Amino acid sequence: MSNTTITAITMPKWGLSMVEGKVIEWLVEENADVAVGDEILDIETEKIANTFEALDGGVLRRKVAEADQTLPIGALLGVLAEPDTADADIDAFIEDFQASYVPPEIVEGEEAAISYEWADIDDYKIRYLRMGEGDRNIVLVHGFGGDLDRWLFTQGPLSASANVYALDLPGHGQSTKTVGDGSVAAMASIVTKFMDHIGVEHAHLIGHSLGGAVAIQTAIADPDKVDALSLIATAGIGTEINGTYINGFVEAESRREIKPLLQQLVGDPSLINRNLIDDILKYKRLDGVTEALRTIASEFLDGDRQTVDLRHHLASVSIPVRVIWGSADQIIPAGHADNLPDNVSVKVIEGFGHLVHVEAASEVNKLLQG
Amino acid sequence: MARKILYQDAINEALDQEMARDDSIIVMGEDVVGGTGANGEMDAWGGVLGVTKGLYGKYGDRIMDSPISESALVGAAVGAAATGMRPVCELMFIDFMGVCFDQIYNQAAKFRYMFGGKAKTPVVIRTMYGAGFRAAAQHSQCLYNIFTHVPGLKVVMPSSPYDAKGLLIQAIRDDDPVIFCEHKALYATEGDVPEESYAIPFGEANIVREGDDVTIVALGRMVRFAAKAADTLAADGIDCEIIDPRTTSPLDEDTILESVENTGRLVVVDEANPRCSMATDIASLVAQKGFGYLQAPIEMVTAPHTPVPFSGALEDLYIPSPEKIESAVRKTADYGN
Repeated sequence: MSNTTITAITMPKWGLSMVEGKVIEWLVEENADVAVGDEILDIETEKIANTFEALDGGVLRRKVAEADQTLPIGALLGVLAEPDTADADIDAFIEDFQASYVPPEIVEGEEAAISYEWADIDDYKIRYLRMGEGDRNIVLVHGFGGDLDRWLFTQGPLSASANVYALDLPGHGQSTKTVGDGSVAAMASIVTKFMDHIGVEHAHLIGHSLGGAVAIQTAIADPDKVDALSLIATAGIGTEINGTYINGFVEAESRREIKPLLQQLVGDPSLINRNLIDDILKYKRLDGVTEALRTIASEFLDGDRQTVDLRHHLASVSIPVRVIWGSADQIIPAGHADNLPDNVSVKVIEGFGHLVHVEAASEVNKLLQG
Repeated sequence: MARKILYQDAINEALDQEMARDDSIIVMGEDVVGGTGANGEMDAWGGVLGVTKGLYGKYGDRIMDSPISESALVGAAVGAAATGMRPVCELMFIDFMGVCFDQIYNQAAKFRYMFGGKAKTPVVIRTMYGAGFRAAAQHSQCLYNIFTHVPGLKVVMPSSPYDAKGLLIQAIRDDDPVIFCEHKALYATEGDVPEESYAIPFGEANIVREGDDVTIVALGRMVRFAAKAADTLAADGIDCEIIDPRTTSPLDEDTILESVENTGRLVVVDEANPRCSMATDIASLVAQKGFGYLQAPIEMVTAPHTPVPFSGALEDLYIPSPEKIESAVRKTADYGN
């Protein structure tokens, strides 16, 4: 009996705070061939629902977890093997796995145990999270109204081969809720000073949406600090933007107001679950947040137009620049990825929305690591 | 950032942060300083349960012990509010409302209306309610429905530390009289609360748990009981949606109706006596505006129509329990089968 061809599919750990996940449904049938990267399961976490892609290939010989079952990370979901592996061997594998599986201990207040760090920069307290070890440095810059947790599906995978830092911009997440003049240039200078603070001389900047504009501006202002730019559904390289979404997000006070807005961020609206909405409302209720967001929005928005256009700078930077977009983006049109200079590599991913790095995490992560 | 603190500490933190922000906020009540007449600030115990502990040392005379006269203390608070202060006064037990009800329902609640919108009365009346403490019929009641009945009052019932802080801050900043109802059994419960100040808008229900089978609307302490029942029921494949209105006035009707539109079944859980209560109010709301959604009769889980018994055995039976909620949910889920 050889177990070498039998592989366990286990509950993934998406982000530091995930301790368990709920199986929504299987996307493949038993005895189907599964290749690495195939979508096999929909899983819902405390934060958001997502599709789980196969990490190994083989024939799905057994579904162990059922729809609606909630299981801790690492728990057995299914078994991959060769078509000719005996059923008895599969049974034995499952039995061995279950006998030796110990669910991770759930510590009360697990989230508080995440080692966020704080940087004093100018008058701001900036929260950040560092993951990974490596020669290369990556800094993740979230978008308008977001925070470092929006990199839930990005930071872990990238940290396998790099130092990855994610920060909360001023006015966002748990950083200070004032923003000065709220300009892209002011936020870019915070990113520069943040890098100085953590002792990172140069880094690959990955920015989403407004964070993309901040990353470009950082590269313009301090070219020596930026090794490469990866811009996901970025602001700042075209004029159109969904101003109704932005202003709606700023002014929304209730779940019923904000839910339909957040659903515009994704190709599949069912991804926006109660916990994500609660987290965003909890952020928006904090003193100073509405004013901070208003200030930022008034700086980069004029109705349905962006006022900051850095597109012409992209041709003149001498570093690798990558642009990633979801084709179904309802906030900033994917058309902004067209006709970029030759030194910019472009990938538009079909069917996904503005949060393409969350919805199509593994595909985006592969591009970011490429 | 968020960390776990007690419900009573969340209330203390809300008072502290708001008093630091706004000099016009004062706190008054029976024993809110505590130890008055004893020696020094060390004796400032901060109320019978220590909810206001530490505030006297920080804010001195802005924390005032009152005589044991609810009519005087609530009347003074209402008057102070009408003349520019933002008092947070404490009516130690909601059961004592009888002696100061004129000041509340016929004065505070009427000023804005009767003075053509030119007067405001930003007073908060914090008060303890609820059974379970062997405190007998005069210190255990749930009278929030009586305040809810009065136009001009806002009525708040936080069920968690997060809600307690955010709703109290909103109550203090609100320009109308707010009755802030704290369940005795919740003071020692713990939950995530941000260190920063935040305000939760009134009239915004919290969806505590999502589910497609049965809607449970629960208030105050009953939210926790409903969550316990829902855990048991989920194991049997019955998914409950739990809605905590957070404020009974204003009431977030839309969230309740939308949920019942999805589930078709409603259980209302209210620790108060059943007649003319929040349970009947919410049931009538859904019967009138959501009749077409209903697939089963509305169930209500409440205390019986009797005073709270002093006998421990009887008091335990008196309070709606997770088991009673569970059985009401099963009854509505099984209806027609």
